[in-house]
Amino acid sequence: MKILVCISNVPDTTAKVSFNDNNTKFNSAGVQFIINPYDEVALTKALEIAEQNAGSTVTVINVGLSDAEPSIRKALAIGANDAVRINAEPIDAFFVAEQIAKYAKDNGFDLIFTGRESIDYNGGLVGNIVAEMLEMPSINLITSIQIDSNNATMERDIDGGKEKLSCALPLVVSAQQELAEPRIPNMRGIMAARTKPLTVIEPSTVNASTPTINFELPKPKAGVKLIPAEQAEQLIDLLHNEARVI
Amino acid sequence: MIVVFAENINGNFKKSTLEAVSYAANLAQSNSTSCVAVVLGNTDDSKNAELGKYGADKVVSIKSDKLNEFRAESYATAIASVASQQNATIIVLSNTSSGKSISGRIAAKLNAGVVSGVVSLPNTSNGFVVRKTVFSGKAFADVNITTPIKILAITPNTFDVKEFGKTASVENVEVTFNEKDFATTIENVSRVTGKISLTEAELVVSGGRGMKGPENWGIIEELASVLGAATACSKPVSDMDWRPHSEHVGQTGITIKPNLYIAIGISGAIQHLAGVSSSKVIVAINKDPEAPFFKAADYGIVGDAFDVLPKILEAAKKLKSATA
Repeated sequence: MKILVCISNVPDTTAKVSFNDNNTKFNSAGVQFIINPYDEVALTKALEIAEQNAGSTVTVINVGLSDAEPSIRKALAIGANDAVRINAEPIDAFFVAEQIAKYAKDNGFDLIFTGRESIDYNGGLVGNIVAEMLEMPSINLITSIQIDSNNATMERDIDGGKEKLSCALPLVVSAQQELAEPRIPNMRGIMAARTKPLTVIEPSTVNASTPTINFELPKPKAGVKLIPAEQAEQLIDLLHNEARVI
Repeated sequence: MIVVFAENINGNFKKSTLEAVSYAANLAQSNSTSCVAVVLGNTDDSKNAELGKYGADKVVSIKSDKLNEFRAESYATAIASVASQQNATIIVLSNTSSGKSISGRIAAKLNAGVVSGVVSLPNTSNGFVVRKTVFSGKAFADVNITTPIKILAITPNTFDVKEFGKTASVENVEVTFNEKDFATTIENVSRVTGKISLTEAELVVSGGRGMKGPENWGIIEELASVLGAATACSKPVSDMDWRPHSEHVGQTGITIKPNLYIAIGISGAIQHLAGVSSSKVIVAINKDPEAPFFKAADYGIVGDAFDVLPKILEAAKKLKSATA
């Protein structure tokens, strides 16, 4: 089985968010970048599936510039067989999806994973656009997946509940947090990652359909109103009469 | 024409659907055009017509047993077909779990620019600019949609449900599907009934490690039930399996923006705040006066949750019985 995992290179969850160039660019100074956490979950599940199905391979793909390579190498250290980087700034979901869809079409995959969304742009769109372009079914927010020859059985989160479903491969799925427990790469993996193939491909031309024109930080809160613990019951009165939320 | 996807669950419209319809009706009004709501599955047309109340001029209903089950492929085909038939320039949907599954597919079918997590009406003074949340609520991005057809997936709990008091006509139409649109087999759907879904909840009561153990959640659940709130938790709590993952709010969990978020025994790490900071009013209850949550909160109580909560619960019960 051939599995493709789409990974995004994102600021660490503890990163302080600020912008420069007149609020048009994320200020990456001093910020650590990581594999998008949901993509890492997806990668782990892909590796588990590959281990259970002899002869399988896991390829990771990233649309990004060379600064994404540490995250790509980490994905290889965790266990992916090879990696592809489409050498372009990821302008928007459509652009990224088009690049991935083209690569996937040329190379043929049975299963394509994305994370639920990237924790920077929070779009959650790429997987579904890729699926539509490849005319494959797409199942969002999966919390479990089992492959039985050519068929996948999955559970996924829906609003207010769960759904169990099955589908023949090929298929595009997006990973919810509890799909797998991410693996920490070991020394052998890190050494092996250095020599695993990382192919850099130039992008195809796609115009941005949703360019970001600027960023803004939310306005800070006015300050907290403290209520003494002994009179905690006052909270309800304040929420009812002052904040008017209950 | 503005087309809005009016998602139904067993024929009923959720609040997020009504928000989307009102949002679309607002857009239709400012664009001097009409608002068409799409309803999929075997639904009741008298109920569908009620969408007029929230701003729909017309309801297009596609009735089919197969559409009683949600599939991203068939739903995207249906909505894209209606959008084409109606010459829609803007398609609106709520960014719910279903909305997230179909917006990208519809975009690819119609070559439309799509933005998810929209929190503003478009600004058309220079292009077509909408605001969305990024970095899980730590910031906003203003995005210009440059394609002729635009898709907006709006964040639940962001826009008001408005009463327009229109009367909507209902039109039953048929759509041609591809065999591939029904490739998945839905084996089982289980929804928790009687519980408020977290993303749609207006009030949320949330517990963290300060609650000391799953056996102490009774009072949180009781307070939530008295207030009519949903329950949530921090990441460590779901990681330790004190509470289900589905309750985990924060950067790697669910992002919520209720009117009221009460955080009990949660320190307020940056990753947690990212998922809740858009809440209208935040209450932090923590025994550590240095807890970062107090910097993000509107109201705070420095004290032990186990001393403080019974007092709050008592007062909440009193208020509810007085206003009942």
